[in-house]
Amino acid sequence: MSELNLNGMDNMQYDVLREIGNIGAGNATTALSQMINSKIDMKVPKVELLEFREVSEIVGGAENNVLGILFTLGVDIDGMMMFMMEKSASRHMVNLLLGEGQDTLDEDDKDNNNTKKEIDDKEFTEMELSALNEIGNIIAGAYLSSLSSLTNLTITSSIPYMAIDMAGAILSVPAIEFGKIGDKALMIETEFGNFEKALNGYFLLIPTLDSYTAILTSLGL
Amino acid sequence: MSKMIKVGMADANVCITPDALTTLGLGSCVGIVLYDPVKKIAGLAHIMLPDSTKIINNANKYKFADTGIDKLIEDMTKIGAGRANLVAKIAGGAQMFSFSNNLEMMRIGDRNVEATKEKLNSLRIKILAEDTGENYGRTIEFYPETGKLHIRSVGKEQKIL
Repeated sequence: MSELNLNGMDNMQYDVLREIGNIGAGNATTALSQMINSKIDMKVPKVELLEFREVSEIVGGAENNVLGILFTLGVDIDGMMMFMMEKSASRHMVNLLLGEGQDTLDEDDKDNNNTKKEIDDKEFTEMELSALNEIGNIIAGAYLSSLSSLTNLTITSSIPYMAIDMAGAILSVPAIEFGKIGDKALMIETEFGNFEKALNGYFLLIPTLDSYTAILTSLGL
Repeated sequence: MSKMIKVGMADANVCITPDALTTLGLGSCVGIVLYDPVKKIAGLAHIMLPDSTKIINNANKYKFADTGIDKLIEDMTKIGAGRANLVAKIAGGAQMFSFSNNLEMMRIGDRNVEATKEKLNSLRIKILAEDTGENYGRTIEFYPETGKLHIRSVGKEQKIL
């Protein structure tokens, strides 16, 4: 395996990338679950090659109000890793972690848009933002360390950068990095969560094209 | 029935009144509206990067401020817009994350806005209004009927330019 050609990826390569998502997100999910002491499941990872105009739609629509924590990756793998949740879900998660107001989304309120909007409008405190950053740190660490031991590549991540805004606006940042090298973005996307408790979110691993080649080569492909 | 035509990232579209144009969740990208107030024809491009000459893979013209504007003018004159009538309104170019160690990535929003203005100036297209920079995302809608650009952001009042 020499060069990865985005348009000519074979099934084997897709399978391997999906498995990387599986292992990475599996570890991250376990770390998250232990941290908030709540059951977290994950769905089968999706490996998607997207046109830029499709990118902003992946996390529930371009205007969806989400929390995004972004890490830039370094050493053997370049690119970005992003952790995204709907803002209401991140509110719920921070409450679980800090042990406050655990009933922010109780049974009756689940379908009540007003309540969701109220939660959306409420600003996070410094303490809550710092807790969310720490959640981001720990799960990105878990994801990347499993990827690193699988591939024997050295992978470091930056400090977490956080934004709470429209999903499309947040996703424009990794999309622009991809835009410098091509007309499509390849990402490994894993949805995780406690789906009964509206706690779901996404891990996105977005390596550069060269780094995909590095990953596949390290695995003997 | 009037339609609301969606424009994605690195994409563009044109319309004639009563239709309207929108792009959702603009971040560091810039939404460039060109408008012929006489014919009530509008075009909207959603560009991601400032300069096509700095990038090897530049097949998609709408990805860049420079080639995106040229192509958009071409698309608009094709459906009857007058080149001399064109005016512009622009929005976007936010800095979504405050990267502490990567200046180039941090300034991409600003550079997109600068490149857009430079290109419009060189083509002598007047910028009637702009809502750019800052650190938040924007959804924009443009109505050729009124010539107004509507801008929505999370937790902010709608702006009309």
